[in-house]
Amino acid sequence: MTLCRSEAEVREAAAGLIGTRLVTRQTGAAGKPVDSVWVEAATEIARELYIGLVLDRTEERAMLVASAEGGMEIEELAARAPEALHRRAIDPATGLRDFEARELAFALGLTGAQVAQMAAILGACYRAWRESDATMLEINPLVVTGAGDLVALDAKMSVDGNALFRRPRIAELRDAAQEDPRERAAADHGLAYVGLDGDIGCIINGAGLAMATMDMIQLAGGAPANFLDIGGGASPERVAQAFRTVLADPNVGVVLVNIFAGINRCDWVAEGVVQACRELGLTQPVVVRLSGTNVEEGRRILRASGLPLVTADTLAEAAEAAVAARAQRAA
Amino acid sequence: MAILIDETTKVLVQGMSGRIGRFHAEEMIEHGTDVVAGVTPGKGGETVLGRPVFDTVRAAVAATGAEASLIFVPPPAAADAIMEAADAGIRTAVCVTDGLPAQDMMEVKRFLLRYPEERRMRLIGPNCAGVISPGKGFLGIMPPHIYLPGRVGIVGRSGTLGYEAASQMAALGLGVSTSVGIGGDPINGSSFRDVLELFEADPETDAVLMIGEIGGPQEADAAEWARAHMTKPVAAYIAGLSAPKGRQMGHAGAIVSAFGESAQEKVEILTRAGITVAPHPSAMGETVARMLDARAAA
Repeated sequence: MTLCRSEAEVREAAAGLIGTRLVTRQTGAAGKPVDSVWVEAATEIARELYIGLVLDRTEERAMLVASAEGGMEIEELAARAPEALHRRAIDPATGLRDFEARELAFALGLTGAQVAQMAAILGACYRAWRESDATMLEINPLVVTGAGDLVALDAKMSVDGNALFRRPRIAELRDAAQEDPRERAAADHGLAYVGLDGDIGCIINGAGLAMATMDMIQLAGGAPANFLDIGGGASPERVAQAFRTVLADPNVGVVLVNIFAGINRCDWVAEGVVQACRELGLTQPVVVRLSGTNVEEGRRILRASGLPLVTADTLAEAAEAAVAARAQRAA
Repeated sequence: MAILIDETTKVLVQGMSGRIGRFHAEEMIEHGTDVVAGVTPGKGGETVLGRPVFDTVRAAVAATGAEASLIFVPPPAAADAIMEAADAGIRTAVCVTDGLPAQDMMEVKRFLLRYPEERRMRLIGPNCAGVISPGKGFLGIMPPHIYLPGRVGIVGRSGTLGYEAASQMAALGLGVSTSVGIGGDPINGSSFRDVLELFEADPETDAVLMIGEIGGPQEADAAEWARAHMTKPVAAYIAGLSAPKGRQMGHAGAIVSAFGESAQEKVEILTRAGITVAPHPSAMGETVARMLDARAAA
């Protein structure tokens, strides 16, 4: 936040920000590109409050969180002064009632007309949370001005990606420039991909098995280059797409494929692996572990391909083989 | 009788007329599950796989006495399908659908509270592989041939990691009483603790393997309950030791956003509660075996 005293200062400050990368607790170390700047009238601040709504996984409801000490991050607030946090779960059948909002306003030390103002703000926040399928909404700080009015100075929202099908106006707000291009391309192909810092590329079916495989790689002394869940119904084309996604990361020195086929079929996956290795002219070693439906046929296809694939029977063997192949290549 | 499903359970499939619903209904029938009907609004009167299709769950229950339902309905209509099953008197529903809006699940959980406990439907999922009692029947999408019938209960969020565990156990000759996939969403029908309660009460289950992951409070909650109430030994594995904080790992619920939600913290919490935690995912089977040996020796 920058305080400016003239239009010229606003221009200067904005010019200094646009085109840079902003690094905050939410953006990760790489930060996010700044392509627009929010300018608003300066407000005389008497008090700073915090209000937020989150999807609470214990209550399985919207949880209203408020604090008389706004201005800092909620994680910091929770750690520093947990007793100053007021929490209230909202029944989705009735929504936020006025009395609940009033109780909270009084608990924050608001008086007079501020109480009704706060109730109106909280009611609007809850409506916005519901009507945009948010998982998080916060106003921080919500300030009491010198004149005693409540004004929202900053706000953040997270929305549920699973609900975008019914929130077209929110879906339109998507700004591709703020996303990792590899993750975006993978998502466009229906693959769940998260780029990481290591050099062992991972292609796995199922989120839990994918995380477990990454853990196993780490335990074997390696570092995963990515999380990738290829999902159910992995056709040969989909497997080939997964290879392209993983290999778009220049750090990848080995590819580890681990498929436990339930609704998937090992023979289709094997065909996809063979197809991808041929089409992409792979130079990196590929370790494949197949298990489950049609595993014998899958292994036969891999052997018959004549490709220099390393096969493994268990999760541990696969991770160790990938780490060994990486070390050999680096040497 | 194992938990949630056995060979006597009458099952209907919501969404059986669709390609995926039909495929899995066929698998279930092949492996001995008593699938009695399908439900697809507007397709009442048709027949799929030799079973009658009804327009509503209520009509299907009235005609067949179905007590369990497997739900393959696309995300925009899935919450509605779950509520319809609950209202029609279904006892156990498994929702396989991935991609339900979290606020829909919030409404589903609230809706289920309308019914008194003795006739409240138990929901498993969504975004899960389902429930299998090997050799008896299954409600879900898992490959039934990898499971050996036996006396260890499995409960986990992930489908494929559950298969991995069952096959590690099978390789050691250890069978499964029932395996339950509770799904990867932040709000789900049944929690780890709910399923532990069922296993503790099941005379055909001797021990439990719990397969958790990063994100959410459920593993810690279950560990606390197990410490205070379980007589049967519990082993566990928590996936995501290598997962970075604040990033969603595939499952909508697999994100570390609060204290106690990382894999490291969960391992500590579980260990303190007396649960035997497998050091890595390839050791799930042997961890269960060692735990059972120790119990037998004691």
